[in-house]
Amino acid sequence: MLTIKNYKKAESLEEAWQLNQQRGSRILGGMLWMKMGKGNVQTAIDLSGLGLADIEETEEEFRIGAMVTLRQLEIHPGLSAYTKGAMKEALRHIVGVQFRNLATAGGSIFGRFGFSDVLTMFLAMDSYVELYQGGLVSMAQFARGGYERDVLVQILVKKRPMLFHYESVRNSQTDFPVLTCCGALDPDEGQYRFAIGARPGRAIIIEDKEHILAGGITEKQAEDFGVYAAGQTPTGSNMRGSAQYRSHLVKVLTARAALELNKGDL
Amino acid sequence: MLVNIILNEKKISADVEPDLLLIDFVREQGCLSVKRGCETSNCGLCTVFLEDRPVLSCSVLAVRADGKRVTTLEGLKEEAEEFGAFIADQGAEQCGFCNPGFVMNALALFRENPDPSEEEIREYLAGNLCRCSGYEGQLRGIQAYLEWKKSNRV
Ligand SMILES: Cc1cc2nc3c(=O)[nH]c(=O)nc-3n(C[C@H](O)[C@H](O)[C@H](O)COP(=O)(O)OP(=O)(O)OC[C@H]3O[C@@H](n4cnc5c(N)ncnc54)[C@H](O)[C@@H]3O)c2cc1C
Ligand code: FES
Ligand code: FES
Repeated sequence: MLTIKNYKKAESLEEAWQLNQQRGSRILGGMLWMKMGKGNVQTAIDLSGLGLADIEETEEEFRIGAMVTLRQLEIHPGLSAYTKGAMKEALRHIVGVQFRNLATAGGSIFGRFGFSDVLTMFLAMDSYVELYQGGLVSMAQFARGGYERDVLVQILVKKRPMLFHYESVRNSQTDFPVLTCCGALDPDEGQYRFAIGARPGRAIIIEDKEHILAGGITEKQAEDFGVYAAGQTPTGSNMRGSAQYRSHLVKVLTARAALELNKGDL
Repeated sequence: MLVNIILNEKKISADVEPDLLLIDFVREQGCLSVKRGCETSNCGLCTVFLEDRPVLSCSVLAVRADGKRVTTLEGLKEEAEEFGAFIADQGAEQCGFCNPGFVMNALALFRENPDPSEEEIREYLAGNLCRCSGYEGQLRGIQAYLEWKKSNRV
């Protein structure tokens, strides 16, 4: 069980950061993951009074406050249009609507969970994390770790014109994924990238370094790329699937995503 | 900590521990329809509305509901009975333990989307687990209720 000694609704980011430097302090996101663990929290820091619960869309980017819920991300028309529905596909399998009304973007990214659909989706986009002390950090760099006592303020997504295709495999509805894959294509540069998560390790990016997908894709090219991607993606075993099965899924999901992306307007 | 929570349209002031969960708060206040079915935020049985949005009350600190409106099945009696009759008509349930959370989330669905497709119904209610049934009866009940609502509207 999780016990909490003091609860503090932070009045500024500075205050939240200061409190978070003390041992035994924890920042509260939606608290769903935190609640699964045991432990004694000396001071629980609530960011919900700091105006971080909105998605702001400008010409160039989306600014997503740390306290925005997964459900807000899922139903936001601008994000839906920009990701061609991939954002919704990434999130809709996570437990249930009542859960997604609580789980936050900030907590989901900060946790850098191996199984994360959320991290997979954001890694595929041109996205950044804004930390109170650490400043602006690319999602890929943030995903590698560190920044443990910092405060995640918001997530930025640059609106680079891209196509996305998201797919995950689950043993049963609403369970954790066995593998996640988000393909992204920059149609102007013809560049493909694939974020692959639940390997079961943290999501990583696989790029088409050998230009297998260059110049229009045939089924054969997509398949060849799948084999290449599976070779580049370290996988492991856990109760949801073996490393071998996951590598097979990498092959299938990346090839499928490449073909879908190649069709253009998803 | 002192909190003011508007529970089923009644203002309640109470002194609560920082780690008291909303589910335990509403139960202490007599809303016994709200139950715990798991320890992993997975079952949906504890669903309440927080500012009209369905949430898992087992996963929210009571202090975070300070100044907010919380609605439980007790506060939605008429609506719940009307809808519940259609579920009962189908004999959808066995033990009935999952019912309060299921009804709450179904009502949330109807508010958000008054004319959902079968796919949308399944997706919205995926986080409400039932250990006895195969969900088919519930689905038929929901569809019958929506039909009835539609015919009542004209
Ligand atoms: C039963 C269950 C099933 C799940 N299934 C899936 C799934 O299938 N796919 C998926 O992608 N995810 C899944 N998740 C993870 C979930 O989607 C969230 O990512 C997770 O709960 C974390 O979000 P939260 O808002 O609850 O964060 P919390 O649990 O509140 O916080 C997580 C961590 O981040 C820290 N933190 C939170 N916010 C900040 C901030 N702004 N700055 C600094 N630190 C911060 C906290 O201190 C904590 O250490 C599941 C979680 C649970 C409990
Ligand atoms: S008690 Fe199971 S989700 Fe809340
Ligand atoms: S009827 Fe028994 S859990 Fe649903």
